Amino acid sequence: MKARYSLVVVGAGPAGMAAARCAAAHGVDVALLDEQERPGGQIYRSVDDSPLSDPSLLGSDYLYGRQHVAEFRNADIDYFPGTTVWNLDRNRDVSVLVDGKSRGLGADRIVIATGAQERPMPVPGWQLPGVMTAGAGQILLKSAAIVPPDDVVLAGSGPLLLLMASQYLKAGVGIQAILDTTPRSNRPGAVRHLIGALESASYLAKGMGLIASIRQSRVPVYKEVTALNAHGDEVLEAVRFNSRGRDHELPTGTLMLHIGVIPQVHLAMAADCEVRWDEAQLCWRPGLDQWLCSTVPGIGIAGDGAGIVGARASQLQGRLAGLQCVYELGALTRDQRDLKAVAIRKTLDKHLAIRPFLDSMYRPSPEFLTPVDDTMVCRCEEVSAGEIREIARLGCQGPNQAKAFSRCGMGPCQGRQCGSTVAALIAEVQGRKISDVGYYRVRPPVKPITLGQMGNS
Amino acid sequence: MFRTLTTVRRNLIRFTLDGQFHQAPAGISVAAALLTAVRFSRRSVVSGRGRGPYCMMGTCFDCLVCIDGEPNQQACMVTLREGMNIETQTGIRDLDTGTTADMD
Ligand SMILES: Cc1cc2nc3c(=O)[nH]c(=O)nc-3n(C[C@H](O)[C@@H](O)[C@H](O)COP(=O)(O)OP(=O)(O)OC[C@H]3O[C@@H](n4cnc5c(N)ncnc54)[C@H](O)[C@@H]3O)c2cc1C
Ligand code: FES
Repeated sequence: MKARYSLVVVGAGPAGMAAARCAAAHGVDVALLDEQERPGGQIYRSVDDSPLSDPSLLGSDYLYGRQHVAEFRNADIDYFPGTTVWNLDRNRDVSVLVDGKSRGLGADRIVIATGAQERPMPVPGWQLPGVMTAGAGQILLKSAAIVPPDDVVLAGSGPLLLLMASQYLKAGVGIQAILDTTPRSNRPGAVRHLIGALESASYLAKGMGLIASIRQSRVPVYKEVTALNAHGDEVLEAVRFNSRGRDHELPTGTLMLHIGVIPQVHLAMAADCEVRWDEAQLCWRPGLDQWLCSTVPGIGIAGDGAGIVGARASQLQGRLAGLQCVYELGALTRDQRDLKAVAIRKTLDKHLAIRPFLDSMYRPSPEFLTPVDDTMVCRCEEVSAGEIREIARLGCQGPNQAKAFSRCGMGPCQGRQCGSTVAALIAEVQGRKISDVGYYRVRPPVKPITLGQMGNS
Repeated sequence: MFRTLTTVRRNLIRFTLDGQFHQAPAGISVAAALLTAVRFSRRSVVSGRGRGPYCMMGTCFDCLVCIDGEPNQQACMVTLREGMNIETQTGIRDLDTGTTADMD
């Protein structure tokens, strides 16, 4: 690893790989850092080293990643796997942790491509062992060929939940039931975006295919699920819920939750990039111009970390961000950049056309945004929704103050699992907007590092 | 308990979990291996209740274990290696020192 590069890209998912390849193809000296041991990001996890004897059960979108990863590996890029970026500042100084040792490197340009995390889905009992995210289940399947016992229950909403259910069925996992929490009231709003979504007809066709494959499997699907909660003494024993007015209880040791994904903005926030509340996607996302430049000079942000767009659009955004760096570094003229971007933007628009439909169709139910009082909101410090409501009534102004009132958000996850819920609860009690209540202030390190490791640098 | 698909294309490697020998396919994460062996892998430092891996991608910290003597490692972000000694953190962590005191 050199002490300085013209471009440092963080994240080897579709966005980061594309940004790095684009820059390398124009002769830019580029490093790509990723904490995972293999390239591919979330969607293409383990794609060039699958433990599955038949990776095609994961679907054609997954297999598409093979070529992308192979081309990335052949490009002239200094790729550093197993390298966690624990800080980035506004002067583009990068701090990384490799093999338990911290070190720093500088860059003329940065592209942050750290992707998304699953949206927290707080329900009573979600902290019990045996409850995990659907994404976690998918990671186990993709990277370890490990699957849950045959009584697994999937609950939530959104395209990734459907995809994951169909992957499990193809892998021979016996799903006990799927609990669909998509509110019926989302439909009229979504239908309004259906015409626009026809621009990305292939997504609609894929979605219908997934729904059809689940229907064919005869796995029971409970619709319009509300009042979801997990029960158990030491570990999960049962899931209780209401579906279309009737109460149900399913005994199970494994519950997998999912209500969509949200951008991971911690690194961008550490670097002082401005983030804004997005009411359509119900998440914080960085403010960017049309070249994906953040509000901090020299730092671009691409892919799902910039707002949820999906894997193919993330790849295209990565190319745009790459082109912009090449232009700023002087290896392309403005006209050359603009010309190269025309075709990319045209394809990107096609992939983005489905988003307003998906965002409104799978908008999470308020039940999971402002959960009932006995839900543990902060898993690390074990602070309940009731306690947050109480401190909001006492006048707590926002998430940062909530830390002082309750220790909420002070645990090792640094608010990744509670930040959005705390803000939504305070907004609810005080009748304010989430954009006004705000988010936790993010301070380095954005990834855990011990004092000893820091001292190694 | 989670299971490995019978068709898995990996060699098996050996590791210890709380002193007991176990086997798992090479290349998987420590958290994946834990899920095939135990129902929970740590206790909350606040209430002492059981917890296990939740997100598998480094965002929740519910997978913390002690690996080869080093406590508070994110099991989902560490690849399992031959001969690793893994200990579940079922004691209550002393918040000031990060060390673990036994519960029972
Ligand atoms: C668990 C999960 C599973 C998903 N599965 C699918 C799927 O099967 N199909 C689908 O269409 N979409 C899936 N998605 C949605 C996903 O966001 C894709 O749209 C796509 O992977 C986004 O590409 P990206 O390049 O923006 O980010 P990602 O692919 O998420 O890549 C980001 C990369 O950044 C790295 N990274 C993050 N922070 C740091 C740091 N501080 N230091 C170093 N490296 C860092 C990560 O290790 C990761 O490799 C999934 C999302 C999640 C969260
Ligand atoms: S399982 Fe969430 S951080 Fe490891």
